[in-house]
Amino acid sequence: MRLKKLTFKGGVHPHEYKELAEDKAIEVMPAPELVIIPVQQHIGAPAEPVVAVGDEVKIGDVVCQAKGFVSVPSHATVSGTVKAIDPRPHPVGGKVLSIIIENDGKDEWSPDIAFDENYAELDADEMKKRILNAGLAGMGGATFPSHVKLSPPADKPIDTFILNGAECEPYLTADHRLMLEKTRDILEGVKIIMKILGCKNGYIAIENNKPDAVRAMRQAVKEMKMDAEVVSLPVKYPQGAEKQLIKAITNRKVPAGGLPMDVGCLVHNVGTAKAIFDAVSSKKPLIERVVTVTGLGINEPKNVLARIGTPFQNLIDFCGGLKENTIKIVNGGPMMGIAQYTLEVPVIKGTSGILALTEKETALRDPDPCIRCARCVDVCPMNLLPNEMARQIEYDNFEEAHKLGVLDCIECGSCSFVCPSRIRHVHLFKYAKLEITKSLKARA
Amino acid sequence: MENRLLVSASPHIAHKDSVQKIMFGVVIALLPAAIGGVYFFGAQAAWTIVLAILSAMITEALIEKLTKKPITIADGSAIVTGILLAFNVPPEVPWWIPVIGSAFAIAIGKIPFGGLGYNPMNPALLGRAFLLASWPSHMTIFKVAPRGGSLSGINPHAIVNYGLDAITSATPLNVFKTQRGILSEWRDVLKSGIENPVLQAKANLANNAISQLSDSYANLFWGKVGGCIGETSVFLLLIGALYLIYKRYIGLRIPLTYIGTVALLTWIFAGTEGFFSGDPLFQVLSGGLILGAFFMATDMVTSPVTPKGRVWFGFGCGVITVIIRLVGGYPEGVSYSILLMNLTVPLLDRYTKPKTFGKVEQK
Repeated sequence: MRLKKLTFKGGVHPHEYKELAEDKAIEVMPAPELVIIPVQQHIGAPAEPVVAVGDEVKIGDVVCQAKGFVSVPSHATVSGTVKAIDPRPHPVGGKVLSIIIENDGKDEWSPDIAFDENYAELDADEMKKRILNAGLAGMGGATFPSHVKLSPPADKPIDTFILNGAECEPYLTADHRLMLEKTRDILEGVKIIMKILGCKNGYIAIENNKPDAVRAMRQAVKEMKMDAEVVSLPVKYPQGAEKQLIKAITNRKVPAGGLPMDVGCLVHNVGTAKAIFDAVSSKKPLIERVVTVTGLGINEPKNVLARIGTPFQNLIDFCGGLKENTIKIVNGGPMMGIAQYTLEVPVIKGTSGILALTEKETALRDPDPCIRCARCVDVCPMNLLPNEMARQIEYDNFEEAHKLGVLDCIECGSCSFVCPSRIRHVHLFKYAKLEITKSLKARA
Repeated sequence: MENRLLVSASPHIAHKDSVQKIMFGVVIALLPAAIGGVYFFGAQAAWTIVLAILSAMITEALIEKLTKKPITIADGSAIVTGILLAFNVPPEVPWWIPVIGSAFAIAIGKIPFGGLGYNPMNPALLGRAFLLASWPSHMTIFKVAPRGGSLSGINPHAIVNYGLDAITSATPLNVFKTQRGILSEWRDVLKSGIENPVLQAKANLANNAISQLSDSYANLFWGKVGGCIGETSVFLLLIGALYLIYKRYIGLRIPLTYIGTVALLTWIFAGTEGFFSGDPLFQVLSGGLILGAFFMATDMVTSPVTPKGRVWFGFGCGVITVIIRLVGGYPEGVSYSILLMNLTVPLLDRYTKPKTFGKVEQK
């Protein structure tokens, strides 16, 4: 029994709106007529297209190849013809070179995808190779290449793996459903990860607003005789933020500017664990993912298994379309997701949700002056002074904002969420981070 | 549809509180004490409160109109300033006192610094300090006894029995201050060995008065004592404070350290029989401490944002209050202590900055 409380400092309790989709079983969406595969769906170097317009491709064929170590390939997610390769709107912002494939409706797979009975006997290098070849990048939203995370330097041994099933963002239920419906696949993924790392402590972290997932995981862990602990965490946003999760479970603090491996930890999202199982056991590339399509602006909120590259419009149509009063479309969760200006953007590897928000939920209004109520200070999980940093940035005083630690901000949005004056802290911090890194580069 | 999508940085949802909601929450929290003030001191108290509010709002609107700035009186902060100003004047002041006080609070204490959020000192307290410096006779003389009580809070039968009527026509802290002065004078005379029967008689009376003050807790708690309009009823102020705490509009760090510091220091130093003979409960219940600790020291704009800074702030307020009460020229030091500590807020915030999560000590 654990006696200490599994938590971290700060955090907020937004209205969850999980009830919109948490009971909806994952629905498979038919492949769309057209998929858009951006060459950049991960953090790191963009991949390089290896197909030309007019080429015929099958599902699982590599369409763009990793360039460098911190990069991943992407695959065709439908069978058909490459129709165009040009810059298209991207859900994370701007336009990105994308490979557009027209679906021929045959749904033909590349031949070498088959279940390998003896996958568990493979050595770590072969497993990592399969993970890279499958094009895996973190599916919780940060999209860091998975094989890189699984290759820590020799002087940073990892003894603790945490499976992140917190899903602390309001609205999102994709991970929740996956944990209920693919419990064993996810745990097989955990086994693979722990084998690659050679680490002995395994934790499966779930917020306690998903008691059914906690039960299912505990049951499966017992049946599979796994040496891992299922941890039920109190509901608090941002419980699923890597550093906060590690603090809550192991009481270790990732140093500012550091990575989880600096304290011997590694965190992967449940979606990624499932994809790692598929990649290692069947060499199956990442061609689809579960997306929660939800929000008060959606007619039929659902959890959808959709092909990577499916335009938002198709998914929204699949979920009954938008209500009249929708004013905002978000890629990801409401706290950290990115607002979209067009529905032509595709689902990418990190798209955990598509939110259609109405005025009621967004509660948009113009900022008032800061009244120094200090709620932002109280909720900041990184122990920063958001009010002071925002004030300095408004006066273009990036130097001071840097000193105050704006680069340590994890952009969780808790400060803006609680601000009675509706100051757009995160907006200012993102801007300041860009300016500071620019000037740091110029100085170097 | 496509053309109407909103794009902005995350987060895309927000808590429902607003500045306006918080300010009106404070107004609601001040209502019990306002009603109590009118009950205890009569209709004139009501007029003073109304005039102070109107003056604060009109001054703010007028200046903003003249300087062509957006009019901000709807945010409720001017109403709060008006009520607090009225709470800090005696009940029998002439009508122009609250009018000038509120106008000064807004026109000098708030707008020139940039309006709500930028004023370094609590405007209401600044207005009060201005009134106290300009019209001390109006601001320090209390004549109206509360309904059902006495000015000093001492029970009427004790006033008669102990012959205290000559010295209890003042507020509790006033009685305490003057009688404590007489006792220390008497102690000096005793040491010198010179006989002085007149002073001895006075000292006996002073001892009686001070011990009677300590018997008047109930009157202090319910508000049956003389004092400024909004400061006398601890009970009604605490109802409002509980509401603010429940709504999370104020925290406990400032009020608790403030009150705790006053209690501790007065227990040690405020006695008449040497150290540790003081009466902390009397000191906490009397004067404007409860009003100041829960409603003015906690003013968000003029108090620190860091958790540690708030503790130091409350501690500083407590120390200054006790120094003024015991050795200063005024019987009460709450207002000045808060005003002085307001000025330390930028420093407190700077030196109590919390350590960033995961920040390593060295370097």
